[in-house]
Amino acid sequence: MTALEAFAWMTLLFPLAGTIALALVGRRLPDRGAGYLATGALALSFASAVGALVSLQGLHEEDRQVVAVAWDYANTVGVDAKLSLLVDPLSVFMILVVSGVSTLIHLYSISYMASDRGYVRFFAYLNYFVFSMLLLVLAGNFLVLIIGWAFVGAASYLLISFWFRRDTATRAGIKAFVINVVGDVGLVLGTFFIFKHAGTLDLLATFEKAKTAFEPGDADLTAGCILLLVGACAKSAQVPLHTWLPDAMEGPTPVSALIHAATMVTAGVYLVARMHPLFELAPAAADVGAVIGCLTLLIAGTIAIAVTDLKRVIAYSTMSQIGYMFMAVSAGAYAAGLFHLMTHAFFKALLFMAAGSVIAAMAGEQNLDRMGGFRRAMPFTCGCMLIGGLALAGLPPFSGFFSKDEILLLIGDRGGWYWILYVAGYVGAFLTGIYTFRMIFRAFFGEPVAEARELEQGHLHHAEVPTNPATGEVEDTEVGFPGPEHHIAEREGTMKIAMSVLALLSIVGGFLQIPNVTHVIDHFLEPSFHDSALYAREPSTGLITFGLVLGAVVALSGIAIAYYVWVRKPGLAARVRARLAAIYRLFVNKWYFDELIDVLFVRPSRRFGSFAQQTFERVVVNGVLVGGTTGVVRAGSSAVRAAQTGFLRYYAALVVLGMVVIAFYFLVAA
Amino acid sequence: MDIGWYLAVSALIFTIGAAGVLTRRSPLVILLCLELMLNAANLALIAFARMHANADGQVFAIIVMVVAACEVTIGLGIIVAMHRRRLPIDVDELRELQG
Repeated sequence: MTALEAFAWMTLLFPLAGTIALALVGRRLPDRGAGYLATGALALSFASAVGALVSLQGLHEEDRQVVAVAWDYANTVGVDAKLSLLVDPLSVFMILVVSGVSTLIHLYSISYMASDRGYVRFFAYLNYFVFSMLLLVLAGNFLVLIIGWAFVGAASYLLISFWFRRDTATRAGIKAFVINVVGDVGLVLGTFFIFKHAGTLDLLATFEKAKTAFEPGDADLTAGCILLLVGACAKSAQVPLHTWLPDAMEGPTPVSALIHAATMVTAGVYLVARMHPLFELAPAAADVGAVIGCLTLLIAGTIAIAVTDLKRVIAYSTMSQIGYMFMAVSAGAYAAGLFHLMTHAFFKALLFMAAGSVIAAMAGEQNLDRMGGFRRAMPFTCGCMLIGGLALAGLPPFSGFFSKDEILLLIGDRGGWYWILYVAGYVGAFLTGIYTFRMIFRAFFGEPVAEARELEQGHLHHAEVPTNPATGEVEDTEVGFPGPEHHIAEREGTMKIAMSVLALLSIVGGFLQIPNVTHVIDHFLEPSFHDSALYAREPSTGLITFGLVLGAVVALSGIAIAYYVWVRKPGLAARVRARLAAIYRLFVNKWYFDELIDVLFVRPSRRFGSFAQQTFERVVVNGVLVGGTTGVVRAGSSAVRAAQTGFLRYYAALVVLGMVVIAFYFLVAA
Repeated sequence: MDIGWYLAVSALIFTIGAAGVLTRRSPLVILLCLELMLNAANLALIAFARMHANADGQVFAIIVMVVAACEVTIGLGIIVAMHRRRLPIDVDELRELQG
């Protein structure tokens, strides 16, 4: 085993060992010990990922795709199922982002979750979640990919419904799980379509075979790729399988940060980037992906302007940003999409951490209408939120500016109908500026609310009785729900460190790749995309300059509008809402996607279920099948029972009689 | 000598054994009669082995003896256990397993 392979395995093993250790001995650890153990495991995992990066860079450029096989699981009837990892620049890039950002989120959680009764359980789940995601991105064949994919879904279910006494949380967990299973089915069926022709599960071998096995635009390959897209859409919360993501906000805030920044929603983007040789052979499927991404970024942007829940605004902004990435990797701008994935991980984790701090200061309240004026009470949180917001809105020189513009630049460079996506991308960027700063202005500026004034006096607000902000029900504090103690970033070292690191990365992360200046990500990822026809495109300097200026102007104007509407003219928002009531209702009801899915799928299946239970189950299963079988068995056994007298000699006589009959038969036959 | 004589003796012993199993009520005697039946079969096996000048039948007979020994061990064990529990030593009385 080479050093590179060893580092890749170690990256996986540390979080797994952390989970197992926490499950076995977690309760015996001292106060906060579980948090430090989990964070330490993740830090070691990140260190291994760095080691993998160093040893990968030591290899020759052509050799930077290494398959590490632990053992053959089953190697029969043409199925080559192995436990294998694919270590190449793409997977190393992903494990660096995933383990790095997750380590910081773990660090933040040490304090944030400190008063929760499910502290150990929380960190065991958290480590398991990161392990699943690392397994997903390191997978060397479709089998391991599917296993990691399903693990991520299971871990998200456990964490979203972490406060399992909360009705809304368990419902959200079930919703996320069911939609993810739809995606799992898509992924598995898509794999079948591809395996049927490629004849191997190994990723690299499949890509090699695909070149000869499929004509460009092959129907089976297109179907397979579209089914892979279904999987990617469910995991990455793309329209129309996105409805679980905003509901997932029921989980604790660090979980939201983890799902949005590092572990879950980026899986779909990764999948499309990983399968790029297939998508390039099935351009129709790739175009579907690009359109889905574009629709998602617009729809999510409009909803984010209307919703009033702090965490949900950030959730919809994630959806929108993932839409950009999805559009990018589907349109062949792989490095740009992954670059945005990285910068987004930094600033989105930061935004969620800052939001968690605000929510803690509000004692669990998440409604933006109830917030205001936290600027002076929480200067550090406010600063982090501003940095994250500026990066999200894409203001130069923050990281989001460079990555988002790179995506739009390369999409514009494709020409043709991609110009529609280009324009839509800038509309989305404009919306991003508005909703991000609407959130920041409403939470941190304006007249301080009572909680903010209390905090300015040095006292952190506590609710008398913890209630569910969604329903107003009194929370059951027996299991897992945070007690009256809250923790805000201003007072907790670990939270502060995690947020400072992310804030720094959000500022400087974009300098890795500036058009015409630096190309770090492009060069690093090149070996993974060496067979791509779309990879090394160089847009003209005119387009680059135009894009950068337009991006800056759009972001600035979005922020300016937010400032005008929510700071300068506080009553304006309500007036606009009244004038555009129909549109507002559409946005605030999330384009009625929940209702649509309810009518199309949930209610018919529920009706079918009740039919099956009341009619089919009672009449056919209970009446005919079960009743019939028992009747036959009962009648038969009562007949046989009569022969069982218990007399031994009687049985012996029957045996002798039978033998005599057989003997006579043969005698007569002879 | 003709094979028929051997088979006649074998059939006779087998019939005596079978009649004993069917008529007697003491498990000890039934075991003895079972032994008779098995050994009648052994006699036939050995006779046939001699007729064909082949050792297979002899081997079979030895295996039957092994099985018979096992069977007797278990059967006697059961009878001793019954006796210790003061159960009736009568197969007609032991009929709990009726349907």
